[in-house]
Amino acid sequence: MSIQTLSGLKRGSVAVVGAAESDLGQVAQGSTPLDLMAQASVRALDDCGLTLKDVDGLFVAATQVRMGPMALAEYLRIKPKYFDGTIIGGSSFMTHVAHAQAALQLGLCNVALITYGSTQRSVSRAAASPREFNPFESPYRPILPISAYAMAAARHMHEFGTTRENLAEVAVAARQWALMNPKAWEKEPLSIEQVLNARMVSYPFTVRDCCLVLDGGGAIVMTRADRAKSLKQKPAYVLGVGEALSHANISSMPDFTVTAAVESGAKAYAMAKVKPSEVNMLSLYDAFTITPILFLEDLGFCPKGEGGRFVSGGNIAPGGKLAVNTSGGGLSYCHPGMYGLLVMIEAIRQIRGECGQRQVNHCDIALAQGNGGVLSSECTVLFGSENTLS
Amino acid sequence: MPSLMEKSPNGVFQAHLSKGELAYQVCLDDNQPFFYPRLVAPVTGSTHIEWRISKGLGTVYTTTVVHYKGEPPLNVAMIDLDEGFRMMSRVDGIDAMQVKIGMRVKFKVHPATEKQAAYPVFTPLESAS
Repeated sequence: MSIQTLSGLKRGSVAVVGAAESDLGQVAQGSTPLDLMAQASVRALDDCGLTLKDVDGLFVAATQVRMGPMALAEYLRIKPKYFDGTIIGGSSFMTHVAHAQAALQLGLCNVALITYGSTQRSVSRAAASPREFNPFESPYRPILPISAYAMAAARHMHEFGTTRENLAEVAVAARQWALMNPKAWEKEPLSIEQVLNARMVSYPFTVRDCCLVLDGGGAIVMTRADRAKSLKQKPAYVLGVGEALSHANISSMPDFTVTAAVESGAKAYAMAKVKPSEVNMLSLYDAFTITPILFLEDLGFCPKGEGGRFVSGGNIAPGGKLAVNTSGGGLSYCHPGMYGLLVMIEAIRQIRGECGQRQVNHCDIALAQGNGGVLSSECTVLFGSENTLS
Repeated sequence: MPSLMEKSPNGVFQAHLSKGELAYQVCLDDNQPFFYPRLVAPVTGSTHIEWRISKGLGTVYTTTVVHYKGEPPLNVAMIDLDEGFRMMSRVDGIDAMQVKIGMRVKFKVHPATEKQAAYPVFTPLESAS
């Protein structure tokens, strides 16, 4: 396979210097997605010692704010020199990192702010993310996106012998990590039996195979590497990025067991000059229990078809072979609709070494995998510590 | 360039369906079938497109069972038609959990209602095949 990297982007040329969540969970009535974005933005700027006046690049995607950069620029009364509202679902923010890197390298902006907010728990998912009518899907009444991922899981089970217990392992591992994250929504242990016996939503998924539906948001601040060194926090350098689009509707997915993370991952690895075996932790978009299984395969951590067995026996849980979704993930920590920004924030915190009880030892390289739509858009970002630049 | 002023790809598809036909398109430049209906062929960008009528025989590629509150379980499946295109549909006439990957199925029209235009569904193909 020939890999078309974004050849103008340079390994380590930019870094995430500030990162923060907004309030998460269920926010007060009347709170807006823009309130959450603004809150996360000033927290992320405080985190690195910059202010709103420094921001000249603005990257926003949200389902409840159709024209995100415009709306947030109005709310904050800033006039960014550069802005981007690319929206491709939960991986939008990984794409924003790649685009921000391009803009920063070219000097189109100097301080890039990437932010997201959602009140989907407060206003309901149906109101926060209304589905587009599709005459070739809507009459069959799939519960989207759940049924799309359920059909990917069913095909994986058929081709490779993956079991519902394997899927449940992903949810159980996420819960074990979440119990070490004070910000996680879920506070009680979870067993494989509880996952299997929970309310069936779209076979083979019970409600415990599905991510949380919560309010929340986040923000990250990026600068060029030279400036990053002088700011408050340890920089998380962008070593590699990769973006890939596969399809929009699940009916058009070529092979339900292979995602475009094959392509996005290969691009990111090539740019970063990093091999999967050198990655210390993974933050994989776990909208459903099948997604980390697919990504572990497609990103080179186990052979195609082995993902279900790979995650079993607590292999991705605390104390397991590979640290995956240490925040507790979308399954147990927080999932505010488009979860990609929070996926990256955990990877950035692991690089900084500020994860307390759940900190991965010597975490110099972290992989964040974004996923959007119905396995539609896949974007990979590899973050590295100072040690990876020498 | 074909005009959209008198008929649309979706309109042609629905007109065939009203005659009991499952129509699909083939790009005459690369001979590739495609679905859903389009004005321009994917990949080639060609407008040399031919409508053809499927024999209506296919295989279940993958399947799920959707649970809505207060309703019987509902099948949703992806069907690979023998002519080489894939579509979302449902396998009727069988318990939703008994729809299996690899099962052979046959097209029929689910009739229109007041709220919903007619749409294609499938039923299990008896062992005759």
